[in-house]
Amino acid sequence: MKKFMISALSLLLVSGGVVSSVWAEANPEEDRQHFVQYFQQRFPEIAMEDYVDGAYALPVNAAGREEWLTIEEFPPYELALGEGEELWNTPFANGKTYQDCFPYQLEDGIKQHYPHWNEERQMVVTLELALNECREANGEKPFGWKKGKIASLSAYVGFMSRGKVQNLEAPSTSGALAAYEAGKHHYYAKRGQLNMSCADCHVYNSGMRVRSETLSPSLGHTTHFPVYRSKWGAMGTLHRRFGGCNEQVRAKSFKAQGPEYRNLEYFLAYMSNGLAINSPGARK
Amino acid sequence: MANSVRMRAKATGNVVEVKALVQHPMDTGQAKDKNGNLIPEYFIQTVEAKVNGTTMLNAQWSVAVSKNPYLAFQYTGQKGDKVELTCVDNKGETFTGKTSVR
Amino acid sequence: MNRRSFLHNVFRTGTLASLAVAGLALPKQLLAAWNQKAFKSKQYTDAISELYGSSSMEESDNIILKAPDIAENGAVVPVTVESELPNIESISILVEANPSPLAAEFNFGAGMRGYASTRLKMGKTSNVHAVVKADGKLYQATKEVKVTIGGCGG
Repeated sequence: MKKFMISALSLLLVSGGVVSSVWAEANPEEDRQHFVQYFQQRFPEIAMEDYVDGAYALPVNAAGREEWLTIEEFPPYELALGEGEELWNTPFANGKTYQDCFPYQLEDGIKQHYPHWNEERQMVVTLELALNECREANGEKPFGWKKGKIASLSAYVGFMSRGKVQNLEAPSTSGALAAYEAGKHHYYAKRGQLNMSCADCHVYNSGMRVRSETLSPSLGHTTHFPVYRSKWGAMGTLHRRFGGCNEQVRAKSFKAQGPEYRNLEYFLAYMSNGLAINSPGARK
Repeated sequence: MANSVRMRAKATGNVVEVKALVQHPMDTGQAKDKNGNLIPEYFIQTVEAKVNGTTMLNAQWSVAVSKNPYLAFQYTGQKGDKVELTCVDNKGETFTGKTSVR
Repeated sequence: MNRRSFLHNVFRTGTLASLAVAGLALPKQLLAAWNQKAFKSKQYTDAISELYGSSSMEESDNIILKAPDIAENGAVVPVTVESELPNIESISILVEANPSPLAAEFNFGAGMRGYASTRLKMGKTSNVHAVVKADGKLYQATKEVKVTIGGCGG
């Protein structure tokens, strides 16, 4: 019965037809403070700004951190950065550039402004979405969402925003709050044959091991994507990883840049608000 | 995108460290594609590093070098040295990279 | 490999590069700078014999073999070999339990320091051997690197 209720509610939320009064008690800023407090109590040795290093900020993962720092001396994502830089600097057939689509200058950092709620369109806009919509607006075919050129472009834009503190506006309109709550709901809901939620690994069992993997805390996650995973042998976007995580607990994954993952990203990015961008990442 | 060779070379006193990252699949010949067919081996076999036109290093690699291979070496030199890297794979394709020592 | 064959290879590789730039496919014999027998050897000691003519090695404290105790991912294991043995001609790295143990060989000209760093694939937990040829003699250092099965997505 509970499962049915949850999926019914998710359906309503996702379709955007829910009046926010149901979730009026929701206070994203309060949620964020509780989220941060939880991790600070769980890992008193980790300084707030170090959460952007993900699993490598964990004291129990000192050996992994050392190996990661060795790789970071000349990280594999540098190749993607090269491709991303070339893509960013190459004008479209109509002469316009990616910079023309963004109200923020690359030198001032673009990534820290994403994802955000677009009140006019009543949807969450992510960086990858903005990049591909820029292409389409200028008569170019959009890239795939999970890997390849979109990942390289996003890595480059992210890299140029490294160190910039994310100062996202708290969701406040009814639409923004509904999207936030949908993302939060996805995060805490059990799913799949393994009946696990994102929170099971990345909140309640953060710092613990799954076989030889040390589970990273969710705080800081969105700051270091996209990511070059040795496992993929390539760059991949945040939504690519979301899909993989869902499939790992044997749940159906959702479409990259569909409403579910954009809302999830919105929730997670707000939980990491105040941290600095640390894109792109290199992981195992 | 053409295969690229990214390089960095830095002098600390008279010790120059050169680091390079080369874009290459380094397929072992043991992995299979979606249809269950073996992907043939495709990997960089030899690497030559020249400093100011003189060959300093000749390396031979196997399929066991990681995808998008990394290489670092050190030599006695100075800022301004010109370093050139040439990689040749088992198909006979060549990739080169150049940098000046900072 | 002695100094003469090193210079010999310089010539060959030179020809190699210019032919490739000309856009021609390279005939197999010019790729002889790649020691096929050494790379095909299944035993790491055989690979060393093929490379250097002998597998008689001395353990040396003057070789620092840096590699993780437990690899984060067996596909990308950072390995660095550093040595201050005099007159180093060659450094090679072998992964004993790999299907073909010889992973890489670095042949040095004058002016090169005893240092080589790369990232290797390891199929499973294995001894990693760093072999250094210095002043005509072979030295080695060994370290075990564990390779595990990951948990989520590993």
